[in-house]
Amino acid sequence: MNRTGLLNKLWEFQNKFGYISENAIAQIAQKLNVSKIEIEGIVSFYHFLHRKPTGKYIIYLNNSIVSEFKGFEQIKAAFEKETGCTFGCYDENQLFTLFETSCIGLSDQEPAALINFFPFTNLTPEKVKTIIQQLKNGNSLRFISSNPTSKIQYIPADNKTVFYRKYEMGTALKKLKNHTPDDILNIISVANLEGRGGAFFPTAKKWKSCKEMESSKKYIICNADEGEPGTFKDKSLLNNLPGLMIEGMIISAYISGAAYGFIYLRAEYSYLLEKIENTLREFQANNLLGNDILGIPKFNFNIQVQLGAGAYVCGEESALIESLEGNRGEARIKKHFPTEYGYLGHSTIVNNVETFAMAARIIELGTNFISTIGTPESKGTKVLSISGDVAKPGIYEIEWGMTVKEILHLCQATSPHFVQISGPSGICINEIEFDRKICKEDLICAGSIMVFNNFRSITKILENYTKFFKEESCGICTPCRAGNQILHEKIKKIKKGICTAQDLEEIKEWGQIMKLTSRCGLGQFSANTLVMALDKFEGYFNQKIIKANESLNVEFDMEAAVCNYDSLIKDTQ
Amino acid sequence: MKNISFKIDGRICTAEKGLNLIEAAKQNGIFIPTLCHFKHLNPLGTCRVCTVKLNGKAVAGCTIHVADGMDIEVNTPELLDTRKAILEMMFVEGNHFCPSCEKSGDCSMQNLGYETGIKYTRFPHLFIDRITDARPERIVVNQNRCIKCKRCIEEVKTFDGYNVFCSINKGNKTMVAIDYEQEAKLSELQAVHAMQICPTGSILVKGKSFSKPFGDRQFDVVTEEKTLPLSALKKSRITNKKKIVATTSLSGCFGCHMSMLDIDLGILDLFEVVEFNKSPITDIKNFSKHCDIGLIEGGCCNTHNIEVLREFRKNCDILISVGECAIWGGLPAMRNTFPLEECLKESYLDSMTSEENETIIPNHEEIPKILNKVYPNHEIVKIDHHIPGCPPDANHIWNVVKNILFQEEFSIAHPKYKYD
Repeated sequence: MNRTGLLNKLWEFQNKFGYISENAIAQIAQKLNVSKIEIEGIVSFYHFLHRKPTGKYIIYLNNSIVSEFKGFEQIKAAFEKETGCTFGCYDENQLFTLFETSCIGLSDQEPAALINFFPFTNLTPEKVKTIIQQLKNGNSLRFISSNPTSKIQYIPADNKTVFYRKYEMGTALKKLKNHTPDDILNIISVANLEGRGGAFFPTAKKWKSCKEMESSKKYIICNADEGEPGTFKDKSLLNNLPGLMIEGMIISAYISGAAYGFIYLRAEYSYLLEKIENTLREFQANNLLGNDILGIPKFNFNIQVQLGAGAYVCGEESALIESLEGNRGEARIKKHFPTEYGYLGHSTIVNNVETFAMAARIIELGTNFISTIGTPESKGTKVLSISGDVAKPGIYEIEWGMTVKEILHLCQATSPHFVQISGPSGICINEIEFDRKICKEDLICAGSIMVFNNFRSITKILENYTKFFKEESCGICTPCRAGNQILHEKIKKIKKGICTAQDLEEIKEWGQIMKLTSRCGLGQFSANTLVMALDKFEGYFNQKIIKANESLNVEFDMEAAVCNYDSLIKDTQ
Repeated sequence: MKNISFKIDGRICTAEKGLNLIEAAKQNGIFIPTLCHFKHLNPLGTCRVCTVKLNGKAVAGCTIHVADGMDIEVNTPELLDTRKAILEMMFVEGNHFCPSCEKSGDCSMQNLGYETGIKYTRFPHLFIDRITDARPERIVVNQNRCIKCKRCIEEVKTFDGYNVFCSINKGNKTMVAIDYEQEAKLSELQAVHAMQICPTGSILVKGKSFSKPFGDRQFDVVTEEKTLPLSALKKSRITNKKKIVATTSLSGCFGCHMSMLDIDLGILDLFEVVEFNKSPITDIKNFSKHCDIGLIEGGCCNTHNIEVLREFRKNCDILISVGECAIWGGLPAMRNTFPLEECLKESYLDSMTSEENETIIPNHEEIPKILNKVYPNHEIVKIDHHIPGCPPDANHIWNVVKNILFQEEFSIAHPKYKYD
C-alpha cells in the first residue's frame, strides 16, 4: 500500500467497521512508515471519516441555507425524536448516528439527507418517521431511498442547446482520429472555453501548458467535488451525461499526452459511483479508454474514480491534489500551477466536470456552432442549478447573456429579493440588479443561483454562510481560520440587535484584510457576500443597527451579560 | 548564482537570484516580519504576517523567490496595518496571557506585537477553551498559544524520520497535535530545539522553560529612551490651569496603581501640574469635578465595574485603559473560556473549603451581579487610549498622561513596552 491509496484504505475501514479505530490507524501508520498522528490528522480532516464507533445507519442531514429555510430545524428534531439520538453524538445507539453536513447537492429537493450515502429528499417529519421505522424493520436502503435526479427545467432551442442534447458515446472522440493534438487544442482555443468551476481560467492555455511541460508522467483530474452550497449542476452532468465528461477528459489527454486520469468524486455523490464506473467500463469495452485508443498508436489513457471524504476545501485544485496524494486537503502555496507542479509533482490538468463536458461538445459540434451561441466573450451555454424560493427548482441550461430577470421568470421565483450568484463565495445581488446579464461581460456565474424572497432573514443567510466557511476552512492560514470565526461573532452581534454603524464598517474592513492575505480562494472570497450585502441591502442593515449611546459611544447589553448569573442564582436557591 | 536587482518600496536592492524574499530583504537591510518562515524550511505560507505586494498583488513574502525586476512593496501604510491585523487575529484567536507565559520575553509573536505597536486588538477576543497537554514525555503542548504556523510539523522529526507533530481537524477546530510515541523518541536536544523554533509559548520542555530568567531574554534588550524630567513641566504650570485626573481599579489587582506610584518623588512634581479627583490615591469616592483624564485599571467582571466605568466616561474627557486587564480582560479573563456556572460552582460549591452539600452561591440584591465573562473596557464604553503592560511602567503611564495633557513628546523604550 502506498500513500496515494490512503484515502481508499480509510474508506475501507470506515465502511467495514463504521469508524477508524486506534488499531486501524496504527496498522496504516506502520504500513506507510509514518507516525500515527499523521494518519490521525488525515482522518480528522474529513468529516465522513469517524474516530468513534457509529451506528449501522449514519444519517447526514444537510444544514445549508436552502435547507434551513425549508424546515431543517423540524427535520432535525424529527430525526432526533424518532431515533432517540442527538446530532453530533457518538455511542448512543447501535442503529443510528446523526450528523449535520454542509450542502449535499440536493438543494432543489430540500430538506434532504444522506443515510449511508443514499439520498432522501423533500423530507417532512412524517416522512422521517416512516424512514426510521422502515430502517428499524430492516428494509433495504436502496429500496426506500429517493431518486436524487435533479429535474432539467429548461433548455434553449435545439440549435442553441449544447449540453442537454442527444449524446452518443464516442461522437466527439471520433474526430480525434483525423486531427493532431495541436488541431484539437486550437479548436478549444478558438471556442474560448474557460474553466466552469468558477475561476474561468482559459482552458486552452492550461492544456497547452501541460502539453508543453516535459514531465515523465502527466495527469488529468476531473474535479467532481462541487461543494459550493447551492450547486448541483455537476451532479446532473455526472448523472445524465457521464460519458460526455469522460470524453472531455480523453480529449485533454490526447492533447497533453497524459496517460492517467482521476475523477475526484465528492462522497456526497457516492450514489453516482456505480454509474460512472459502468460508463468507464463501457468506454474501455469500446476501445475509448485503455491502450491505443481509437486505434491511435500510443494513445493510452485510463481513468480511475477517487471518492472524497467530506471536505469543501478539496474543491480547490491544489487541495484536491493534496487529498489525492493522501495528505490533508490543505491548499498549496500559489507558487506553481498544477500544470507545472501537480499530482506527485507531475504536470497535471485539473478541470471541472462541466469544462470537460463542454470541451467534448466543442469538438463534437464545432466552433462554428458554439460561436453563434452566447455573448461575444462567453460562448455557448451554461448549466445552472437553481434553488431557493422558486416554484421550479432544478437544472437550467441557459445561453450566456440571459438576464437574471428572465431566469427568475423561468424558474417562477416568488417575490425574489436576495439572489445569491455562484454560492456563498460568489456574490449577492438585489432587485436593482435583476437586469444584469449572466455572462463574462456582466455577471459571471459558476453555476449556482439561490433565490431568497423578501420574507427571508438576510442575517440568517449570512450567518449560515459564515458558519459554513468557519467550519470548512482548511485551517492552515491565519486570516481564513481566525477571520471567519471573528466575522461569525460580528454576525451574532447583528442578531442580538446590539450592532452599530461602526460594527458594519469593521466587517467591511476586516473582510478586506481576509481577502488580501488569505492563502487560497476560500479565505479570499469567504467574506465577499457579507461585505457586499452590507452595501446592497443597506436599508435592511440600517434597520438592524442601533445608535450607540452618545455619552458612552459603545453599545453594550448589560442584561444579556448577566443572564447566566441570573439564571444560575435562581436555580441554586 | 548570479545577482539580480529588484525594488523594495522603490529602493533598488540586489540579491542572489531565487533567494527567499525574507532573506533577500534582510540582506538589504529591510525587515519583513514573519512567524512561520524559518531558515531552510520550504516556505510554509501559513501565518501570513509577511504579506507584501508583488507587482501590486498581495502575496506572502516568504513564498516569493526574488527575480530580476520585481517590484515589491513592504512598508506601505496599508501593508503595515494589514500585518498588524494578522497578528491581532492571532492574539484574539488563541488565549495569549503573556503575564503568565513561560516564553514571555523570548516569544517571537509577542516581540512582533511590540514591533508593530499593538496596544489593543481591533478584534474581539474569542476565548475558546483549549487544552494544555502535559502527557508527552518531555514536552508540554499548550494549545492556547499555538498559532498553527507548522514550523514544528516540518522541522521536528525523530532520528528515524517520523513526524512528531501534525495538524488535526480542520476549520476553526484545527490544532497541532503531538504523537506521544514519537515524542518519547526525541532526545533532550531535539525537544529543546522544538521549543526554540516555536514562535510562541506553545511548545515547552519540562524543566527547561525558565532556564533563562525574565529580563535576560532574547527580546529584553535595553535601548535608549527619551523622557523629559517632570521638573521641566513646571514652566508651563503658570500659564496652564491644573489638570484634573481621576483613577480607578475595576477587575484588576491594583498592580497598575502600584506602578503609578513607582515614579516615587516624581509624584510631588506631578501634583504641581495635576490635581487628583476621584481616585484611590486621594480616597475621594465620588466625582466632585469634571475631569480631564480618567485612568482605568482592570476590565469589567461585574455590574458594579460597568457602572463605575460608565460614570467615568460621563465625568472624564479622556479615558485611558491602563494595563492588560483593562485592555482585553487580562488574567481575570482566564475564566472566559469556562462557563460562569463552572467557575462559581468551583469556588463556592465544590471547593475544598465549602460545606458539604452546599447549594447556595452567595448572592444578595446589593451585591453586584457577576457578568458571564470578563469584558474589556472598550466593549462597554469608548476608550480613547490604551497603555499595555502588566503593569505598565510608571514612566510609561505618566508620559502618556503628560503627552495628552501638555502635548509633550515622548518615546517608549523597547523593554518598557510590554504585555507582561
